Amino acid sequence: MSDVTQAAAGPILSAPILSVRGISKHFGGVQALHKVSFDVHAGEVVALAGDNGAGKSTVIKAISGVFQHEGGEILLDGRRVDFSSPQEARDHGIETIYQDLALADNLSIGANIFLGREPMTRRFGFLPAIDRKKMAAAAKATMGLLDFHVSRLDAPVSAFSGGQRQAVAIGRAIFWNARLVIMDEPTAALGVPEQRKVIALIQSLKAQGRGVIFISHNLRDIFEVADRIVVFRRGENAGERRPHETTSDEIVRMMVGK
Amino acid sequence: MRAWLFLVFLIVFFEIWARVAYGSSFILNVYNLQSISVFATAPLLLALGQTFVIISAGIDLSLGFIMGFASVIAAHTANYAAAQLGLPPFAAMIVAIATGTALTIIPGLVNGALIAHLRVPPFIGTLGMYGVARGAAYLFAGGMTVAISNPWYSAIGNNRVLGVPVVVILTAIACLIMHYLLSQTRFGQHTYAMGASQAAARRAGIRIKRLTMKIYLLSAVMAGVAGAFYTGRFSAGAAQAGEPLLLDSIAAVVIGGASLFGGSGTIWGTVAGALVIAVIQYGLVFIDVEPFWQFIAVGTVIIISVLVDQTQRRFTGGRQVE
Repeated sequence: MSDVTQAAAGPILSAPILSVRGISKHFGGVQALHKVSFDVHAGEVVALAGDNGAGKSTVIKAISGVFQHEGGEILLDGRRVDFSSPQEARDHGIETIYQDLALADNLSIGANIFLGREPMTRRFGFLPAIDRKKMAAAAKATMGLLDFHVSRLDAPVSAFSGGQRQAVAIGRAIFWNARLVIMDEPTAALGVPEQRKVIALIQSLKAQGRGVIFISHNLRDIFEVADRIVVFRRGENAGERRPHETTSDEIVRMMVGK
Repeated sequence: MRAWLFLVFLIVFFEIWARVAYGSSFILNVYNLQSISVFATAPLLLALGQTFVIISAGIDLSLGFIMGFASVIAAHTANYAAAQLGLPPFAAMIVAIATGTALTIIPGLVNGALIAHLRVPPFIGTLGMYGVARGAAYLFAGGMTVAISNPWYSAIGNNRVLGVPVVVILTAIACLIMHYLLSQTRFGQHTYAMGASQAAARRAGIRIKRLTMKIYLLSAVMAGVAGAFYTGRFSAGAAQAGEPLLLDSIAAVVIGGASLFGGSGTIWGTVAGALVIAVIQYGLVFIDVEPFWQFIAVGTVIIISVLVDQTQRRFTGGRQVE
């Protein structure tokens, strides 16, 4: 716990976007999270590290409204929030990008960006209809921000590569102006060149002043992109480090217990 | 588009046959066109709703008997409205069509609730409803066909406007509405998304349960419309009205290019699929082939469609869903 306090007192000027304070969660008799805390600031990439079952996924599900946490509190811009659904978290600017991408493969990039929130227009002046032009234009602009230029805006996303699809998922978060982007194993299913691309995407999110929570098994990726590494062990905080102050050996020791 | 090519191929085939064997035209024959289009209406109406269901990665096996149920209810209502309520024929017809169609909301909602809320697989849930609707339809019909004598209602089923059968006009309107729903509305867009990945749709904030309810409700109501039209066409309600049409409806959707794994399909594809089946069935009778060959021909077309679909997927690198 002392590590947490130390990190919070570190040389960061802005107030945190997200502050997780002592939240717990249990499933039946299993304590999945026990008084877990950490902060995320604007323009900061926080990596969550930990072995399987350490509670990384549980904590992001609590933040993104999939689970309701017990005890403790989650503060967004200093205000306490209790999301009862992922939709509510999204409405507050928290976008979660899941491991399996959560894209509808048969729909275009624009349709995926707008999935569930499609813009409407009127055909012949009276008939409400989905505004596909607007979706395509937004897709083009957003993917351009990510330096990903597509010629076929009407093609289904199944036509694109893994890294490009990851970019679509990130593009969706950017388009909806997410202030906090949570990424669960974004590089796990990708080849090496594609992993580089995703790392670059995370850096561009950071440069745009968004907060990023990044879960990965790949310590190399973590060291490359994270500003802070929060380590979990068996549902508890096991410490926090800045990449330039630590080594992967130390992080692994913290993950498995000394 | 594939189904339209199939259709053109079939028409050319029958056209050549007709010219060589009979020295007459197959397709430039008003009577043939009227017959084929009327023939296609009932399976097509079922297939329109089935298209939504299949795109959502479901299946509705209960449509045939929901159609029969609606047909019987519409016939009884037409008789009751005229005899007991003393309504004039036109009003009795309207009440009959409305009642027959409206009561299909019940099996539609039950299907939807079973699948969405009780997590029964669509195949099983609608198979159960197949039995329930079948029994209910026969019970209401008393095991017989329910004859009506309503000139207006029979006219809807059999008359033509400028040579075009009224049921064909009404079915064409239904196609336009369904095409609009599927391709231009959030409902349609979310149906595609759900069929590709229910998890993705849910995470995007789409309310899967409500959407599932709507989809099965729509397919049941379309079967209700088909049943109500049937009663007009044959001047009688019959529990078995849709019995042979269920598989035709699924076949039309599949020939039309939809994948049974969900996520793809269009209304115009389904229209072409239904026309392919109707042309095969009518065409084989036209060239005097024993009627049993129809089954073999339609079955072969279904298999070819699925094979072409799979080959296409392999070449476009589309996702293979197990």
